[in-house]
Amino acid sequence: MNQALEIAKAVRAGERLASEVLEEHLDRIAAADGALHCFLEVSQDQARAQAARIDAAVVAGEDPGPLAGVPVALKDNFCTKGVPTTCASRILRGWVPPYDATVVGRLRAAGAVMVGKTNMDEFAMGSSTEHSAEGPTRNPYDTDRVPGGSSGGSAAAVAARLAPLALGSDTGGSIRQPAALCGVVGVKPTYGLVSRYGLVAFASSLDQIGPFATSVRDAAATLEVIAGADPADSTCLERQAPSLVAVVDQGVQGMRVGLAKELIDGASPEVRKAVEAAADALASAGAVVEEVSVEACRWGLSAYYLIAPAEASSNLARYDGVRYGLRMPAADVEAMNTATRSAGFGDEVKRRIMLGTFALSAGYYDAYYGQAQRVRTLVLEAFAAAYGSFDVLLGATAPATAFQLGAKMADPMQMYLSDVFTIPSNLAGHPAMSVPWGVGADGLPIGVQVLAPALGEEAMFRVAAAIEEASPPLAAPELVPSEVPHGR
Amino acid sequence: MADSGMLSGWEMVVGLEVHTELLTATKLFCGCANEFGAEPNTNVCPVCLGLPGSLPVLNQAAVDLAVRIGVALHASVGPSLFHRKNYFYPDMPKDYQISQYDEPICSNGWLEPPGHPRVGIVRAHLEEDTGKTSHMGGDGRIHGAERSLVDYNRAGVPLVEIVSAPDIWSSGQARAYVSELRAILIAIGASDGRMEEGSLRVDANVSVMRKGATSLGTRCEIKNLNSLRSLGRAIDYEARRQVDLLNSGGVVEQETRHWNESTGRTASMRSKEEAFDYRYFPDPDLVPLDPGEDWVDRVRLNMAPLPADRRAALEAAVGEDASSAIAGQIATVVELGLDGLVTAAISEGVKARLAVARAANEAAAAADAARSLDAGRFVQLLKMEDSAQLSASQTKAVLAELLAGAEGSPEEVAARLGLGSMDSAVLDAALDAVIQAHPEEWERFRGGDNKVIGFLVGQVMRSTQGKADGKAVRAGLASRI
Repeated sequence: MNQALEIAKAVRAGERLASEVLEEHLDRIAAADGALHCFLEVSQDQARAQAARIDAAVVAGEDPGPLAGVPVALKDNFCTKGVPTTCASRILRGWVPPYDATVVGRLRAAGAVMVGKTNMDEFAMGSSTEHSAEGPTRNPYDTDRVPGGSSGGSAAAVAARLAPLALGSDTGGSIRQPAALCGVVGVKPTYGLVSRYGLVAFASSLDQIGPFATSVRDAAATLEVIAGADPADSTCLERQAPSLVAVVDQGVQGMRVGLAKELIDGASPEVRKAVEAAADALASAGAVVEEVSVEACRWGLSAYYLIAPAEASSNLARYDGVRYGLRMPAADVEAMNTATRSAGFGDEVKRRIMLGTFALSAGYYDAYYGQAQRVRTLVLEAFAAAYGSFDVLLGATAPATAFQLGAKMADPMQMYLSDVFTIPSNLAGHPAMSVPWGVGADGLPIGVQVLAPALGEEAMFRVAAAIEEASPPLAAPELVPSEVPHGR
Repeated sequence: MADSGMLSGWEMVVGLEVHTELLTATKLFCGCANEFGAEPNTNVCPVCLGLPGSLPVLNQAAVDLAVRIGVALHASVGPSLFHRKNYFYPDMPKDYQISQYDEPICSNGWLEPPGHPRVGIVRAHLEEDTGKTSHMGGDGRIHGAERSLVDYNRAGVPLVEIVSAPDIWSSGQARAYVSELRAILIAIGASDGRMEEGSLRVDANVSVMRKGATSLGTRCEIKNLNSLRSLGRAIDYEARRQVDLLNSGGVVEQETRHWNESTGRTASMRSKEEAFDYRYFPDPDLVPLDPGEDWVDRVRLNMAPLPADRRAALEAAVGEDASSAIAGQIATVVELGLDGLVTAAISEGVKARLAVARAANEAAAAADAARSLDAGRFVQLLKMEDSAQLSASQTKAVLAELLAGAEGSPEEVAARLGLGSMDSAVLDAALDAVIQAHPEEWERFRGGDNKVIGFLVGQVMRSTQGKADGKAVRAGLASRI
């Protein structure tokens, strides 16, 4: 069911009030978020004002926008004017941006109602949301398990029906992997399709913004709203947002789908079975499905863990205690910088800053950063070869279902392997999305990943919709009360 | 090049790095105003403050000026990349500077300072300026300061760094190079060239080697050169220091040195061991820059005349009158951008020597005002002098008034000042009165003592309150012998 679009339809028709929809969701958040910890900040005052504006617009006969009255949760690395933006880091605790990210403005103009800022791994570095300075988010399907990450708060909020839509950022899988682990749809668009202006940078050449939703169609509608040229981002493509909602029902008759060996090998048997079942369903729907090898994907993880930390080491230099955020007292400015960064950053962030600093150092640059960029080119070439024969590729999103809290905190390499199937699309700048496909033996959701070439969003969404159509039913997590309490 | 001769047996080798702020309306990567002297931290926004989430967007007007600089310096202008230069400093909002590294926008050019050998230009690249830190308390430097205040108005202001080849062998050539470069930057509208405001900044790389040696010595980089005078003095001092060091068996360490204008010495700032590893890498927030041949051709076609061409044009206008003495005045006129006045006057029939002299001396004394002076008024005034309607000193007085903003035509200004050629009857009366009052001097003059004429002329000038024309006074005295 298309929760977001149905809310928008009802609000636009004057059948429901945006304010009423908002209060229902604020009630859900109040009831469930104590256990889940999806939100770092619930911006109810701003939300109520926006909902009132939408309701007034409807009464006045004005167009309230395609997402009128739809509550949306934003990962806490989107700048929101007047609402704290912390990246779940001590170093930015309490920082209130004086400006809105481009996507925030576009959502508001489309009538969406921002309900709050969601938890994440600090500065988006992690795959479980455990690297948050504010404590972890829990998986709504099993609160002893992680929601994935780094956009775990957004994924869990949508899964638990605390908001029908959320935005996240995906640098190496940070939208798709938590979407898979929480049983929702998560999309990483083509690099440059959505403006990054106002997204706090982790690794600028890899970061991309995308939606979480409970349906492919809701995700398509959201991407249409946030995509498109932005003069404030030099890397944003000069093209309009694609029409996606209009194509999702076109089916997959005659489409060529490649089952990518490297994006399945290493997955748990039940995840592999889910991907194969999705492939069979596409074949039954008229697609031509064949196996394909995209070998360079195997080297993606190693290249990623040089490129992303290198860019991060530079992007995170500005948190020095001089202008904003945390400042630790010290005798002089160098000592203040060191004390502030030592106290303000968590271990994983420090690990990556050190890794990246090393990779860019004189004498090592070519062997590490330079080599990683060459691998990136090889990944692009391998994808290009595969897309010579296929419209989309199919693989697993994550190697397994959600793991126990704490299970991988002691071993960074194990944590990094959570993103082995998602990283290649970031390196290539290509779009990819995760679509739920039933549950594993543990009752936890499994995600199937659809990949497409640059600007191949239409084909990707058509295939995703066909997978969604054929997928085994996935019940909403039980934890959320089925009856919405009234009168908070 | 007498200065290098003082280094007996050695010669200096100098390369210069010139940073110029570009005369754009806005900063390099955001829409904030690029202006000097505004209230601290008023010309700032999320981008130039480096707030989380902000992104740079390249100012095309800055690219246009960089292309102009490349064309003016005979450089090749081509595709380039922006890199990040990473180091921590409180006045640098992102703790990295967006600059150009191994692919600069301009490379391989040259500049020929008048009267000196040609100097190669290795490269000229675009980069953003930093903010400005003021250290309060202590000795005004960062260490020992009680607190520091940062003004980010300058952060993100567009700069072009112009790097010369080590083709400079004397402080005179270095000064001429910077002076000519400055004139070029002003001529093409790229810079206001104000060294005292820091909009043009020079660092000098100085080394010495034995005469006839083929490999360069170890160089030191000299910073804080705020004027041409400092540049010349610092280079001479530093070359001398290195020669003395080497002659006494020491070695020159590669280091950055600070020029102290009051002591006239350079002092070590930081050594190579402390040098930063800037960890340059391509800025992923910006796309590669390629102005393209069309852009470069368009700039070439619309280029304002360069100082060298303007000097040649002025020399041609002066014609047979040109001499080495006037060449210096022509250089001054062009450097100050006053050649429009001179050519206008010459084309109206004013004597070239006179027009050049008035521009190079009197107008140059108030160059800013002179550049905005209406050429027609300048020409009119010089015609009055040329036709002896005004004396030289009267002309200078009127010009000073015009440059100070006086309204009206030169004739009206002269009249207001009570200046103008004297009625001959009045002059005759004045001459007779002086002769009568100083019979002794008059007799000596009549007796052939020419030394006394200055006294007599002076007396006439005094009694006429400077209104008499010197030439007419001399002629009048001579006719009375």
